[in-house]
Amino acid sequence: MSKNRFVILLTTLLAPISALAQNGIDERIDNAVRPIADTVAGLVFSSFPVAGVQIPFVLVWLIAAATFFTFYFRFINLRAMRHGFHLVRGDYSDPTAAGEVTHFQALATALSGTVGLGNIAGVAIAVSLGGPGATFWMIVAGFLGMSTKFVECTLGVKYRNEYTDGTVSGGPMYYLAKGLAERSDKLRTLGKILAVLFAIFCIGGSFGGGNMFQANQSFKQLVSVTGGDASWLADKGWLFGVVIASLVGLVIIGGIQGIARVTSKIVPFMAIVYVLAGLIIILSNVTAVPAAIGAIISGAFSPEGMAGGVIGVLFQGFRRAAFSNEAGVGSAAIAHSAVRTNRPITEGFVALYEPFVDTVVVCTITALVIIITGTWDPNVDPGQGVALTSAAFESSISWFPWVLTLAVVLFAFSTMISWSYYGLKAWTFLFGESLITDITYKVLFLAFVVVGSSMQLGAVIDFSDAMIFAMAFPNILGLYFLLPVVKRELNTYWAEYRAGSLQKFGKALHRA
Amino acid sequence: MDQKLLVGIDCSNCGQRALDYAVAWARTADVPVVVVHVIEWSPYSFNTPMENEARHKRREAELDRAHSEIVDSVVDRLRDQGIDAKGLVRHGHPAHTLNDLANEAGATNIVVGRTGTSRIKSQLFGSVPSTLVQIADVPVTVVP
Repeated sequence: MSKNRFVILLTTLLAPISALAQNGIDERIDNAVRPIADTVAGLVFSSFPVAGVQIPFVLVWLIAAATFFTFYFRFINLRAMRHGFHLVRGDYSDPTAAGEVTHFQALATALSGTVGLGNIAGVAIAVSLGGPGATFWMIVAGFLGMSTKFVECTLGVKYRNEYTDGTVSGGPMYYLAKGLAERSDKLRTLGKILAVLFAIFCIGGSFGGGNMFQANQSFKQLVSVTGGDASWLADKGWLFGVVIASLVGLVIIGGIQGIARVTSKIVPFMAIVYVLAGLIIILSNVTAVPAAIGAIISGAFSPEGMAGGVIGVLFQGFRRAAFSNEAGVGSAAIAHSAVRTNRPITEGFVALYEPFVDTVVVCTITALVIIITGTWDPNVDPGQGVALTSAAFESSISWFPWVLTLAVVLFAFSTMISWSYYGLKAWTFLFGESLITDITYKVLFLAFVVVGSSMQLGAVIDFSDAMIFAMAFPNILGLYFLLPVVKRELNTYWAEYRAGSLQKFGKALHRA
Repeated sequence: MDQKLLVGIDCSNCGQRALDYAVAWARTADVPVVVVHVIEWSPYSFNTPMENEARHKRREAELDRAHSEIVDSVVDRLRDQGIDAKGLVRHGHPAHTLNDLANEAGATNIVVGRTGTSRIKSQLFGSVPSTLVQIADVPVTVVP
């Protein structure tokens, strides 16, 4: 099928959905889904009051695990960072394996699935609702999240499926099913149940947070930068959806890797532009930095006028960090498991850099820009995070919102590509691998792109957010059972590393 | 010290001049020849998860094709002429990989063909021979 015919076919398939969206069917869908969404979201985000603040249980679940893993592995998040860097650099890569997926490539792929709206929109909301002090707790959560990623990604590689043709499939559904069965016969059934639950939530998350939410938010930013409600685009969400869905479709169904390759080249470039612009703003206001850091630290421990005091601030920071780096959700373990290595633990060390780059570096820069420029607003509507960050950058670099819009759309696109893969892996885990199951999932995925950008479906978006966080329940429960496996791998490997008996190659030999 | 030549070829015909030169050298001096083809690849690229999943399979296919379409026939021809020849294919940066392989194989000379790129292009992007001349650990012969 030629590219052109493919686009036409896709457009004709997707156009009716948008036509429906124009005729008020979005409201009907909204009403139909609302009770289910509310129930699921209510369950996942069921909260209990602490010092007058409602704390959702899932957040405690994520942070408790990250803290426990950090202590259990005696601060592996900090002590393995140097070795992780050497692994990413390729010091331990056998040159005869050149051409396979390297540690760097696995990390870069996983990062392009997580860096995005969470760093841009989420941080603005955290600082606005929690004050500057939220930044401190966001950084703490980023460091703790590194330990969770370490555990997930080690297991993702260890229990992946390697097929005879050399392709690999990995992720929580495989380590939950295979890993728990290996622990004991009693855990076999539990492992299967957890794996199936994870796969179901992962599919939900791939349609929601990894798709509709991305389409919706990037469209909003595009509208606001082209003139808000007066924009020609304001009522043409369906058009934006069809365009994005066609592009995504060309990649995931048409197999046109060119588009994905172009995006995967531009996305890191945009991330660097974003970080540099942030640094420029921070440096040009360098006299304001000590005060900003002071506000972050004092705000973290003795916030003034914040609901819930320290607990309230801590909650905002932790919540946005967890939204942003997905540590404990299990999604990244799917991307990391493609690496070529015979030591699974090495990918765990490399994965430490994911929350580090995403949360500790990028989120901190965003937070500093927002605090220094004073653009944070305690009355912000949580749906307007991107607009707030955009305003913060605009106050120093007037044309930056345009760059930011491009960045947001590209980040959204690459996140969709990544999540379509995560969802597909979960889908084939449940329904088996065949051309029909494959295409069914992908067509559904594209339909949700159009739905996400053309409808104001609060209920559907709540539901999909809930699905992403629901993934953390089966995933982390399984991680607790599999900790001894990781500990064993770590002890053997770390002893070899300390003894200097790991083989180094190439330039690393001369450096050593 | 015993001599050993390493010849870099990029496609079956383009490395012809370098190859002819090395063959003449090998026959008169009776030295072994390693025929090398480098598949351009970077360990620091950004890929989609789909590309990563199929990477191992793709790599095998790339190596097979490089052997069957580029390297193996050349090695056979050299052997027919009584030269001790072997073929190698590897992924990587062309110039750096040629040098690494020369070190691994214990080659005493690297022979490559001149690329003939225009002045502006080679100023901007460099070329395999000019990079190789800068970084190589053994003498490099660039055949015009």
